[in-house]
Amino acid sequence: MDNLRKEWLLNALLAAALFMVPFWAWIASEPFIITLATRIAILAIAGVGLNIALGLGGMVSFGHALYLGIGGYVAGIAAHHAFHGTPILGLPGTNQMLPIWAIAMLFSGAIAAIVGALSLRTSGIFFIMITLAFAQMGFFFTLSWPAYGGEDGLPIFMRNQFPGLNTARPWELFLVAYGVLILTLGVFATLRAARFGAALMAIRQNPDRAAAIGISPFGIKLVAFILSGMITGLAGAMMADLTRFVSPAMMAWTMSGELIVIIILGGVGRLFGPVAGAAILVGFEVFFGGLTEHWKLWLGLVLLAVVLFARGGLIGLIAGRAQNG
Amino acid sequence: MSLALVLEQLLNGVQFGLMLFLMSAGLTLVFGVMGLINLAHGSLYMIGAFLCAAVAGATGNFWLGLVGGIAAAAAAGALIEVVVIRRLYTRDHLDQVLATFALILILSEGVRMIFGPFPLYLNVPDMLRGTVSLGIVEYSRYRLALIGFGLAVALGLWALIARTRLGIQIRAGESDREMIAALGVNIRALYTIVFALGAALAGLAGALVGAIQSVQVGMGEPVLILAFVVIVIGGIGSIKGAMVGALLVGVIDTMGRFLLPRIFASFLDTSQAMGIGAALASMLIYLLMALVLIFRPKGLFPAHG
Repeated sequence: MDNLRKEWLLNALLAAALFMVPFWAWIASEPFIITLATRIAILAIAGVGLNIALGLGGMVSFGHALYLGIGGYVAGIAAHHAFHGTPILGLPGTNQMLPIWAIAMLFSGAIAAIVGALSLRTSGIFFIMITLAFAQMGFFFTLSWPAYGGEDGLPIFMRNQFPGLNTARPWELFLVAYGVLILTLGVFATLRAARFGAALMAIRQNPDRAAAIGISPFGIKLVAFILSGMITGLAGAMMADLTRFVSPAMMAWTMSGELIVIIILGGVGRLFGPVAGAAILVGFEVFFGGLTEHWKLWLGLVLLAVVLFARGGLIGLIAGRAQNG
Repeated sequence: MSLALVLEQLLNGVQFGLMLFLMSAGLTLVFGVMGLINLAHGSLYMIGAFLCAAVAGATGNFWLGLVGGIAAAAAAGALIEVVVIRRLYTRDHLDQVLATFALILILSEGVRMIFGPFPLYLNVPDMLRGTVSLGIVEYSRYRLALIGFGLAVALGLWALIARTRLGIQIRAGESDREMIAALGVNIRALYTIVFALGAALAGLAGALVGAIQSVQVGMGEPVLILAFVVIVIGGIGSIKGAMVGALLVGVIDTMGRFLLPRIFASFLDTSQAMGIGAALASMLIYLLMALVLIFRPKGLFPAHG
């Protein structure tokens, strides 16, 4: 079986497993497992966002937790004002997921546009560090800004709602997250197959040649960076609703590191890489976290081994090298 | 707001900056000579602090602890260079970031397993307790000693790099790695020595700062990120840049936290001014770094032209 078919089969298997396991848990009344699957799906959405910048565009953003946090705070602040019946900038708060998602994507996209426009002037280690610096600014801003909880974070008392579903029930919330994940994966696949994706990957492989055939690296990379931030922002809004809590920790630099880890464990630039990576990370935490309190030591060792010896991540290990790596 | 208070904060800023310099010097040397981003540099700082606290606790002597902390950090640095870091020199930055991120997880959990989950306390040595009078201000004797220590180490580092054979090799390694290997310098040993030297400086900083803060797992990461800000501002690979960057970051951060809430309080009500001032002050150095990168994308003192 060739590698491309192997990868498709693996993707189908991952998609089916991520649906069937919580479905079984729903039948068997195991809400904890449904919530875990929801977390995997939401982390995977955030990972798909980062995968556009990092996997397709080769932009190593060490600050994507910023967009996760922006999305989270949009959901938290909207719900806070809806709950207390107070206006924000003259507008009422809302507890509806759909408008919250739109605002979350708008805000994270706008911030990503500013951060991207400034950061893309640099490259290499400087790009890594400046994206980190912007995320740290967000982290410290939310940490010391007292209006929305500051250091203590902001609870969401009633989970925001989705039309036609009861999001208070774990299974129905999972369906929302799973649906959005499949949609986002569709966006990623469409982008990658389109002229835009081809141009982006050409720039990653050789910016000078791309420029010589008339592709402007800066514009294409910036658009990719903005899209990437928007999708991660969307995941942030959903993550806040899952945990019903937002805090500066969502913007911490370790979170940015975890998002990169998710992509590496799964496979950089692979369609289902973030899904596989998120499942490995959450699975690892739950399984080894139950066995030993020092599970992070083992996570570190596995991550080190993957970086040193298995560079394609899980999907690369099974389905071989990327076609357009 | 008295002049004495301002002067005290200024000295605190310089002291903080010099400790940041000890961290940044190793980081910038390792990047300059080997082209490696080492996120685990903060873990070496932590190891220095833990070993210093443990040895000082067991012997009752701070100076023995300090030697123990430096030695442990240097040994740990040499060990991880030989086992892991050496394999990363030819890899891209993404692999380096991830592998050293993994090292943070491993070293933090390792220290937690050995020393337990609770913070250790490290006492300031008796001879450096209390304050000393500097004319208009009574200043902490220990912090003043840290300033002296930081300056002495900076001078020593300058002498090492400018005046010794090892320093010549390090500078040659920064400008052309392959050439000095071709000239018969044992480049693998040089890399291990440079990495251990950086680790020793980080361990020294951790041990010194450990006496004014609590010694705990995770203490290295905030300092690590500040050290990255320092070397990006100063220009990666430049020791002079690290010094200037460290002092800028130390003084601006300290003075910002002290002055901004007071400035805002002159035209806003107190609680609001405290909030906005504190929020802005904590973002100040990152703002500075972003500005430097926008106008001088290679930092203030670019090391490679």
